[in-house]
Amino acid sequence: MSSPAAPLHRALRAQAAMELRLTLRQGENLLVILILPVLLLLFFASARIVPTVAGSSPADYLVPGILTVAVMSTGMVSLGIATAYQRSYGVLKRLGGSPLPRGGLIAAKGLSVLVIEAGQVALIGLVALWAYHWRPQGAPGLAVLVLLLGAITFAAMGLAMAGGLRAELTLAGANGLYVLFLVLGGVVLPVDHLPGFVQPLAQLLPVTALCSTLRATLTPGAALPTGDLVLLVAWLAVAVGLAVKTFRWE
Amino acid sequence: MTAAPVAAPTGEPAIELAGVGKRYGAVTALRDVSLTVAPGELLAVLGPNGAGKTTTVEILEGYRRADVGRVRVLGCDPDADGARLRPRMGLMLQSGGLYPLMRVGEALRLFASFFRRPADPEELLAAVGLAGVRGSRIKQLSGGERQRLSLALALVGRPEVCFLDEPTAGMDPRARRLTWDFISRLQGEGTTIVLTTHFMEEADRLADRVAILHEGRVVACDTPAALKGAGAGETLRVEVATAFDPAPLAMLAAVRAVTPTGPGSCVLRVEDPPAALAAVAAWLRDQGLRARRLEVGGGSLEDVFLQLTGGADGAAETAPAAEGGR
Repeated sequence: MSSPAAPLHRALRAQAAMELRLTLRQGENLLVILILPVLLLLFFASARIVPTVAGSSPADYLVPGILTVAVMSTGMVSLGIATAYQRSYGVLKRLGGSPLPRGGLIAAKGLSVLVIEAGQVALIGLVALWAYHWRPQGAPGLAVLVLLLGAITFAAMGLAMAGGLRAELTLAGANGLYVLFLVLGGVVLPVDHLPGFVQPLAQLLPVTALCSTLRATLTPGAALPTGDLVLLVAWLAVAVGLAVKTFRWE
Repeated sequence: MTAAPVAAPTGEPAIELAGVGKRYGAVTALRDVSLTVAPGELLAVLGPNGAGKTTTVEILEGYRRADVGRVRVLGCDPDADGARLRPRMGLMLQSGGLYPLMRVGEALRLFASFFRRPADPEELLAAVGLAGVRGSRIKQLSGGERQRLSLALALVGRPEVCFLDEPTAGMDPRARRLTWDFISRLQGEGTTIVLTTHFMEEADRLADRVAILHEGRVVACDTPAALKGAGAGETLRVEVATAFDPAPLAMLAAVRAVTPTGPGSCVLRVEDPPAALAAVAAWLRDQGLRARRLEVGGGSLEDVFLQLTGGADGAAETAPAAEGGR
């Protein structure tokens, strides 16, 4: 009469669909993952403070930055905060007592994040195309890989905060880091325009590493910035390690 | 009282705890707890707050690891073998576990998708009386409705063994009765159930056996009838408007034992209730104490519980039992 566990792929699909639905059900998530990146693109493209070289449009500089903001908002802000509240509501604990394994829960969250990020990339790309005739240049395939590394890094940072901090602190921390990274990460404002004393710090941030690597892959003829790529991978390792270490059902 | 295990009626037990101890830092939550539950049996774990009820259940569910002792659920060690156990187990947390933005039907379908042959979510919703709110968000539900949803989630995988941590807390009397009927039916279908409760009536009504926990120990474990029989006859509950020391009451001829249950209250075990009543009333008057309540009882599970656990905490715990209706 007992029912053994369902095949993992079925449980995983159901959980991922639920995570996705719950994310899109909250207005503040839609604001931070879809509306804000598009507004940032439109605002900074017309603000004339973005560096352009002859023959390129502000969008060429901005799109990699906005894509960086997009994966940061989905992984660190939206996923981190949602997971922190799931933990404080006992949802994670209850799931821990179900046949869905821990790896299945993380995979479901990852899947939901990837679906959202694919939507973000499509939306940002279309807006840039429509408004600024932006075209992907350089090595778009490589850009996708780099963006994926960044997505994993920021999702792991969100999960690490959700596991290590109270929900209220995760909420404050994720939003605080979001603003900090937006200002210091070279996403809309070049790092060398920042005050001299912040620049060395800004160069070490994961957001800066992702953004400059991504920008290089989308610039024709630009060399891959090895230092930034190594830094990004290092951040990825640290963030994943922290997320694994701090993960708690309760 | 001893903590010796009471043997389950027959065969291999569905659940077994032997010599289980658990500490949180300097606090000892459980000491030498031994219990068995036979397949299809319903064991109620009764005790004041902090007695170790939730710790016991959470060790069985695999959420916590016992420091010492042997733990088996359906032959598996829930700590080491949780993945094999979880598909055969249903559980209801004491509180929480539900995401406020989820809809009732969604939550049940999600959990159903974790099992190969789940119960029909719609039938289950109807059975716990939630069919009418299947489209509501969980944050819009009353406390009692959330409890019933948690119960439905515990059962959606057709579990062989079910752990219900205070399943009727926060329910109004009508919902509580509905839930009792539902749990009885579940038991009738052969599900092994461990439930914790504050409510004497709940334990008395549902349980095949009742384990009374006090300060992390099993102080009694038997059928409700045997426990009531062992309560050594009749009791007199005394409540006085002010704090007093009830110890001298033991000197009265008709009084066999005194158990303080609060600053102004105690339970007496008595030989001859009318004589004891008269003697206690006279004593109170001599002391200038104003009696608020003198009640001859005896043989109720609540009396046994009070005698075994004593203390103000225990008295506070039993208060909601009256609200359960009679």
